[in-house]
Amino acid sequence: MADLAQSHLPAGHGGGTRRDFLLLTAGALAGVGAVITVWPFVDTLNPARDTLALSTTEVDISPVQVGQRLTVAWRGKPVFIDHRTPEEIKAAEAVDISTLRDPQKDSDRVKKTEWLIVVGVCTHLGCIPLGNKQGEDRGPFGGWFCPCHGSIYDTSARIRQGPAPLNLAVPPYEFTSATALKIG
Amino acid sequence: MAAPPTGAAGGASILTSNTRTGRIIRWVDYRLPFVAALQHELNEYPTPRNLNYWWNFGSLAGIMLVIMIATGVILAMHYTPNADLAFDSVERLMRDVNYGWLLRYIHMNGASMFFVLVYIHIFRGLYYGSYKYPRELLWMLGVVILLLMMATAFMGYVLPWGQMSYWGATVITNLFSAIPVVGSKIVTLLWGGFTVGNPTLNRFFSLHYLLPFVIVAVVGLHIIALHTHGSNNPLGIDHRGPQDSIPFHPYYTIKDMFGLSVFLIIFAIFVFYMPNSLGDAQNYIPANPLQTPPDIVPEWYFLPFYAILRSITFDFLGIPGKLIGVILMFSSILLLFVLPWLDTSRVRSARFRPIYKIVYWFLLIDVFVLGYVGHNPPSGSIVTIGQIATFYYFLHFLILIPLIGKIERPRPLPISIGAAVLGAGAGAAAAGPTERH
Repeated sequence: MADLAQSHLPAGHGGGTRRDFLLLTAGALAGVGAVITVWPFVDTLNPARDTLALSTTEVDISPVQVGQRLTVAWRGKPVFIDHRTPEEIKAAEAVDISTLRDPQKDSDRVKKTEWLIVVGVCTHLGCIPLGNKQGEDRGPFGGWFCPCHGSIYDTSARIRQGPAPLNLAVPPYEFTSATALKIG
Repeated sequence: MAAPPTGAAGGASILTSNTRTGRIIRWVDYRLPFVAALQHELNEYPTPRNLNYWWNFGSLAGIMLVIMIATGVILAMHYTPNADLAFDSVERLMRDVNYGWLLRYIHMNGASMFFVLVYIHIFRGLYYGSYKYPRELLWMLGVVILLLMMATAFMGYVLPWGQMSYWGATVITNLFSAIPVVGSKIVTLLWGGFTVGNPTLNRFFSLHYLLPFVIVAVVGLHIIALHTHGSNNPLGIDHRGPQDSIPFHPYYTIKDMFGLSVFLIIFAIFVFYMPNSLGDAQNYIPANPLQTPPDIVPEWYFLPFYAILRSITFDFLGIPGKLIGVILMFSSILLLFVLPWLDTSRVRSARFRPIYKIVYWFLLIDVFVLGYVGHNPPSGSIVTIGQIATFYYFLHFLILIPLIGKIERPRPLPISIGAAVLGAGAGAAAAGPTERH
């Protein structure tokens, strides 16, 4: 005890002591240990393996006519598959992208120009925009219209008006054959 | 702490009497001073003699918390936290379980009543300056309780798994996606999936059961802090001696009981005659992840905050409007934590603060305007009104409150509570300033 007390003394005169060093290193190590211990608790809240296993969806797109739109579920979210008409493609390509909030060329958003595939979740607060079903309001740009807070998307599903900050997201997908689409 | 005569006499009898009960109580108290503590906090606790009915709402809120926990524990026995079964289990509770409808309607409307009581309690504190020295921590613990209540209420609303449950959860959890860089990771973590789903429902149920008990603990701290310096009072002046106070029991226990009776009548009218008037009919449609309801509106008690969230429709200094909205919404409550230091006036009660008294009412109106804006779809003039009201809310706390404390000339304060309430003579000293009352 005596030498411990002595080693503590010089602290009053400035400068670190052996005890300060031990306190800091032990404290730092305990902190790292605490974080490592807490991580498994937090990580259990992340998507589990069975949830992740559901992360691809395969779709037969052969029955989708030109001008028709289809909604499929991918990871529990709706994905809009739009078989676009030539006019819609032309309208999407004609836009001057410098005027857009989230500037993206139409060609960067599609793999085949006649097929637009986007996640049907409004980038504002997660509502599902209208316009994918026959007869729904498509908004003034002929794309989609979100009824929650009035975001309006064009025929490339880019944000044109309203509070949403980003274009509708393009999910990872590939055409596995001429008529088959794999999302995810 | 001067012990008032009635309380001390009443208390002494139990703790010193030589009856069997007296001996048992003394045996326990020697080991765990439970009765002595109750005696101290209820009988001997000196309470300002001039508390008005606005001081009923704290204890009413406490009773409401007990009602919510009691009904909630029973509801949990009939509820199934599974996305496929939750909605049906609630409907079964309503139709098949004996008195299930009653417990659920008490719990549902109880949440609304709880917020009514707490909002009145908060505005009472704002009017009479209850947040000022030496009650800053008492006030801050209250803000913590408010935040916990909001989290609990939000998660509870998700449990029936109706359309509004599902889409409310979607919109609110999506707020976190506004955080730069890690936003979408945090949202996935909250959901436990790629949308609100079964994992989300399970964790919300777990937390909805846990948080009320955390609230109980913080309420305990709130009461300890309260009893350290005692209640504020409508005059906002300090307690100076025995003539200023009366024992809590029986004077305020009886007053609280009367207030409780009135409150329970109002509560019962909602439960028995208009149980769904405060809810949204959309929530009786089972959750459908592929169909958004035409209009997503939160419960009424979140409307002012929802209005602030939606008010920023433009980007500012390169920060996206969505992120600013989220920051402002959280700030609107977090501001209350620093209110004791924003307010530069040392006079507590608005009765003696002519300018503050006016802006207080403007703030109250502003909050109602925000609620109205939050209730309506954001289009046309509603957006502008929402922006003005949001601006005023922050103006009130950040500019007006510090400024008024500096420029305002408060009216003269009474010498003591006793003098002001009982008139000159009883208070011994005061004559002049008390005339006003």
